[in-house]
Amino acid sequence: MVNHKISRRTLLTGTAAAGALSLTGLPARAEVNWKKYAGTKLEVILAKGPRGDNLQKYVKEFTELTGIQVEAEQIPEQQQRQKVVIEFTSGRPSFDVVHLSYHVQKRQFEKAGWLADLTPFMKDPALTAPDLVESDFSAAGLQYARNDKGQMLSLPWSVDYFILYYNKELFEKKGVAVPKTLDEMAAAAEKLTDTKEGIYGFVGRGLRNANMAMWSNFFLNYGGEFLDAKGNILTDGPEAIAATKLYQTLLTKSAPPGVAGFNWMESMASFTQGRSAMWIDGVGWAPPLEDPAASRVVGKVGYTVVPAGPKGQYSSTYGDGIGVAAASKNKEAAYLLCQWVVSKTQGARLLQAGGGVPFRNSILGDPEVQKGVKTKEWLQSVIDSGKISKLGLPVVIPVAEFRDIVGAAVTATLSGADPAAELKKANDQYRPILERSEKA
Amino acid sequence: MSALTQSTPGAAQSDAAPEKELRPPSYWPFVVPALVVVIAIIIFPWVFTIWMSLNEWKVGSSTTFVGLSNYLRLTSDPRFIEAIGHTLVYTALSVLLPLVLGTFAAVVFHQKFPGRGFLRGVFIMPMMATPVAIALVWTMMFHPQLGVLNYLLSLVGIPAQLWVFHPATVIPSLVLVETWQWTPLVMLIVLGGLAAIPTEPYESAQIDGASIWQVFRFITLPLIMPFLFIAGMIRMIDAVKSFDIIFAITQGGPGSASETINIYLYSVAFSYYDLGYGSAIAVVFFLLIVLLAAVMLYARQRMLWTEIASGT
Repeated sequence: MVNHKISRRTLLTGTAAAGALSLTGLPARAEVNWKKYAGTKLEVILAKGPRGDNLQKYVKEFTELTGIQVEAEQIPEQQQRQKVVIEFTSGRPSFDVVHLSYHVQKRQFEKAGWLADLTPFMKDPALTAPDLVESDFSAAGLQYARNDKGQMLSLPWSVDYFILYYNKELFEKKGVAVPKTLDEMAAAAEKLTDTKEGIYGFVGRGLRNANMAMWSNFFLNYGGEFLDAKGNILTDGPEAIAATKLYQTLLTKSAPPGVAGFNWMESMASFTQGRSAMWIDGVGWAPPLEDPAASRVVGKVGYTVVPAGPKGQYSSTYGDGIGVAAASKNKEAAYLLCQWVVSKTQGARLLQAGGGVPFRNSILGDPEVQKGVKTKEWLQSVIDSGKISKLGLPVVIPVAEFRDIVGAAVTATLSGADPAAELKKANDQYRPILERSEKA
Repeated sequence: MSALTQSTPGAAQSDAAPEKELRPPSYWPFVVPALVVVIAIIIFPWVFTIWMSLNEWKVGSSTTFVGLSNYLRLTSDPRFIEAIGHTLVYTALSVLLPLVLGTFAAVVFHQKFPGRGFLRGVFIMPMMATPVAIALVWTMMFHPQLGVLNYLLSLVGIPAQLWVFHPATVIPSLVLVETWQWTPLVMLIVLGGLAAIPTEPYESAQIDGASIWQVFRFITLPLIMPFLFIAGMIRMIDAVKSFDIIFAITQGGPGSASETINIYLYSVAFSYYDLGYGSAIAVVFFLLIVLLAAVMLYARQRMLWTEIASGT
C-alpha cells in the first residue's frame, strides 16, 4: 500500500511536469479529493437500527465535507432484505448504497454479482484516506467482505459478537461463580433457578430461526464446523448433537416457561426484569440493559465472553456491511459515503453509543475512543470476543432455509424430541435444498 | 357476408338490414376498460403464477422450465403437508367459535335493555382495530412470565399457561385472538337477521308453552340460518387466508406448530426467494380455497332443497 502510494505520487508529479494534469486541477499531493463529486445525489437503503440511526444522525457532516446529497431511508430489517433483493433482481435498483447483513446475504449477493468491486477505489489515493486499509479490518470482517477472488465487495461496518450477560446480584445471592466453561454454565444455571421466586438461571432464543444464532455458540465450542471441504452440511454430527443436548438442558431445566417462543426481545424482557440470571445474545444490548427507564438491572449486569466448550472457545460472529450497487451510476460518490460510514469518527460514535462494534482494529484499540465508552466491562467483553470470533452461520445461499429447518429441529427438542433424530431429519430435509442452490 | 354485399352493389338497398349487423357492437368501447383491468390484474397474474410454478425460478439465478416437478416436490414436503393440517384446524376453529359466540351475542343484544346501543358499540370495537396492532398487544398479554392473562388465571387459582409459546396450545391461542376480533362481525350479520324475523311465530310458540331453548332451536335458528351461512362463508374466507395475526404473533412458531399454508408460502417466496416453488404452493392453495368454497355452496344448495322438500 505504501509503495503504491509513492509510485502514484511520483507518477502524478511526472505527469504534472508535462503540464497535462495541472489542467484538471488535481492537487499534486495525492489527497482525497472529497469535493470532486459535489452535487451528486445518492440514495441509501438501510436496515432499521442503531447503525442506520448513526448514519442518519450525522450525515449532514458528510454533505458538508463532500457536497454530496444523501437520501437515506431505514426499513425494518426483514423487509429491507426483501426489498433489496427484489430491486436488485429488477436490474435497476433505486439505491446507490446498500446496507447488507453478511451472515444472511453474503453468498447470495456475490453469486448474483449485485455489488460493485471496491478494490480499485481503495487503491486510489484520490478516493481513499490513507488510514483506510484492508488490514485494519478484523479477520471476520475481511472474510465477510471479500469474495473468493479477493475483491472487496463492501466495507465491513459493524460486527456482532455473542457474549454472556449475567445478573451479578442473583449470582451473589446464590454464591455462584461466573462460569468459564459450558458445563459450569449449565450447573450454575440450575443452581440459580428458583421457580418459586420466578427466577430462572438462563434465558435465550428458543424461537425457530432466531435460535440458530445462539445455538451456534455451543456448536462451535463443541468443535463443530458447518460445512466440510466439499461444501456438505455437517449439522447432524456428534458436535451438533452435543450442542443441542446442552441447549435442550439449559432451556428446559433452567429457563423461563415458554422460552420456545422467545426471540431476543422476550429474552431481554426477562433479563431486564431481573427474572433470568444469564443471557447469551449479541453485544448490542448494553444500552437498554443500562437504561433506568427500561431496566431493573442497571449497574448489576456483568458482561463476559461465552464460556468455553470441550473443543475450544469461540464467539459466534455476525456482521453488517455497506456496499455500492453494481448498477449505480455514482459509484465513486457512493464509495465516498461508504468510506465515511466506516470512518474513525463514525465508528467511534457507534461504539460509544453502544449501537454496534466497528470492524476496524484502529478504532476499537484506540484509548481515546475507549475512554468514551461508558461500560468498561462491556467493552472488555467485546475486545475479548474479537479475539475468539468465528462466523456463526454457514456461508451459503439458502441461509434462511438453514435457520428455519435446523432451527425448527432445535426448537422441537424443547418439547422433548430427541436431538440426534431431529437433527438427522433436518439435515435430510436441508441437504437437497443446499445442493440445488449450489448447482443453479 | 361482406364479400356478398360488395359483389352485388345493386342489391345494396335491400341488404340494409344485414349491413347493420356488420357494424361492430356499440357496447365494445364500454366493455374494453373493464376487460383490460380484469386481464391486467386478475387473469395475467394467474397465468403468470402458473407459468412460474412450472419453472425452477429462484431470485438471483436463471430460470429453467421443469414441468410439474415443483408440484411433485410438494407431495413429499413434510412442512407443506403439516401446513395444510394447521390451516384446516385453524380455519375450522376460527369459523365455529365466532359463529357460536356471535349468534349468542346477537340473541343477547336483540333483547331490549338499558344501554343496549352503547354496549353494542363497545362490543364491535375489536373489529375496528388493525390486526397487527392487536397482535402485538396480545403477544404481550400471552407472555408466560409477564403477561396479564397468566396473572388473571393466577387470581382464580389456575396455573400459568404457555399460550402461544407451546406447540400444543399455539393454534387455540391464536384462534382466541381471531375469535375476539371477529365475533362482532358475526354478531352484526345475525343481528340483521333477527331484526327481519316476524314476531308472530314467537307469539304462537309462547301460547303453546315452548321453552326458551325450543324457541331458539325451532324458530330463531332456522330463520337466521341463511344469515349464519353468509357469516360462515365470510369467516371461512377470512380465516383460511389469515396471515397478519399469525405472522405478527408467532411467525409460524414455536418450531413450525402454527405454520399455515400462507405463512409457509410467504417464507418460500420472500425469505427463500424460491418463486417457482412458492407459485406452486399458491396454485395448490387456490385450489384448496375453491374446493372449500364449493363444499360450502353445495351444502347451501342441499339446505335449500331440503327446505323445499320439507315444505318450509
